[in-house]
Amino acid sequence: MIALLTRDLRLALRAGGGFGLGLAFFLILAVLVPLGVGPEPATLAVIAPGILWVGALLACLLSLDRIFALDYEDGSLDLLATAPVPLEAVVSIKALAHWLTTGLPLVLISPVLGLLLFLPAEAYLWLILSLVLGTPALSVIGTFGAALTVGLKRGGLLMSLLVLPLYIPTLVFGAEVVSRGAQGLAVNTPLALLAGITTGAVALLPFASALVLRINLR
Amino acid sequence: MGSVWEYANPLKFMRTTDWLLPIVAISAVVVTAVGLIWGFFFTPDDFRQGSTVKIVFLHVPAAMMAINAWVMMLVASLIWLIRRHHVSALAAKAAAPIGLIMTLIGLITGAVWGQPMWGTWWAWDPRLTSFLVLFLFYLGYIALWAAIEDPDTGADLTAVLCLVGSVFALLSRYAALFWSQGLHQGASLSVAPGTRMDWAYKAPLYVCMVGFGLVFVALLLAGTRTEIRSRRMKALMARERMV
Repeated sequence: MIALLTRDLRLALRAGGGFGLGLAFFLILAVLVPLGVGPEPATLAVIAPGILWVGALLACLLSLDRIFALDYEDGSLDLLATAPVPLEAVVSIKALAHWLTTGLPLVLISPVLGLLLFLPAEAYLWLILSLVLGTPALSVIGTFGAALTVGLKRGGLLMSLLVLPLYIPTLVFGAEVVSRGAQGLAVNTPLALLAGITTGAVALLPFASALVLRINLR
Repeated sequence: MGSVWEYANPLKFMRTTDWLLPIVAISAVVVTAVGLIWGFFFTPDDFRQGSTVKIVFLHVPAAMMAINAWVMMLVASLIWLIRRHHVSALAAKAAAPIGLIMTLIGLITGAVWGQPMWGTWWAWDPRLTSFLVLFLFYLGYIALWAAIEDPDTGADLTAVLCLVGSVFALLSRYAALFWSQGLHQGASLSVAPGTRMDWAYKAPLYVCMVGFGLVFVALLLAGTRTEIRSRRMKALMARERMV
């Protein structure tokens, strides 16, 4: 399993793996919004939590089809499915690799983008915390979407239609944590709910992903 | 009378719906027409909302059926996953577009009513938001069915999506509740004592709800029959190609 993780990480990091594309997208979104909305710090500070969360979500979405598509094309997914490691574990590892190459960099870069969007100083801690807690859910849910559409030729657009509604609860709670943090309100409840969604998704969704992957590989 | 699973046999299902469908369809039209005409023309205007109150006779039944259609899809998907009855998978497939339209009717009638009453077409209120989310879930479900060529794979994948989607739809519902109570009033009908609706409205509303339920069943049966026939047609064409 660790071998699989290092293999996936290496594939993602080396040329052609598309690593950094999600980050670049995140950056471009944070640049485009002030250009579109106008540069008033007051306006930007209000919408910054939502923009950062929506940006993280879309950046995550962009790289989802890479989770299984390449392995499906060259047949290594069939090998993984017949390997002694349970497919549920393979799916979890793939989600983890996706998070390490997409979610974690997003978390690390988000304070810089918060600066661009005049995020209030009190909100930085909550921004990072909510992204750390929330992005694993995005990866796991996204892995489910990728597993659903793996056999399809033009699965990308369909996958966004399937995955984005599933992202709604995570987005609502995540952005709520940051905007409450920015206003200096208590954040315990949305933070706990966000953590609940993440742990629930991490615990249960790999089973659904493995199930649909088996159906697709039939 | 055998068990209900007899109707999982497509032949038996077709034979039964041959006579059942016209009955359901005609009663659906009659009951809905009675309910709507009664509601629109033979109820008094509300003392505050005026005649706009009458949109409730479309809005509430449609919203109710939008949710019920998803629940029915959930049950049918479970039956397909557990017992592998094809009719069940096809019924779930046939229910989705009906549910989608019901959701749309609920959203549009709500907007039309909200404009004069709340002064806005749309508000990010928990109920409205969760209905929009439900609409997106229907879209995704239908798109997944349309994208997959192999019928059994399609049935399997959409069934799993329906199960996972139900959990997330519920989560979204409560996530949206988190913002605020919102503009939308509470349940129009409630078994609790002291319900706010007068019988002058309640009676035609119940008739409309039964009517919409019958409309749903009629459309569902017709849709399922179409799916079974198209499945048969594909089998026939495949056989012809073999010869």
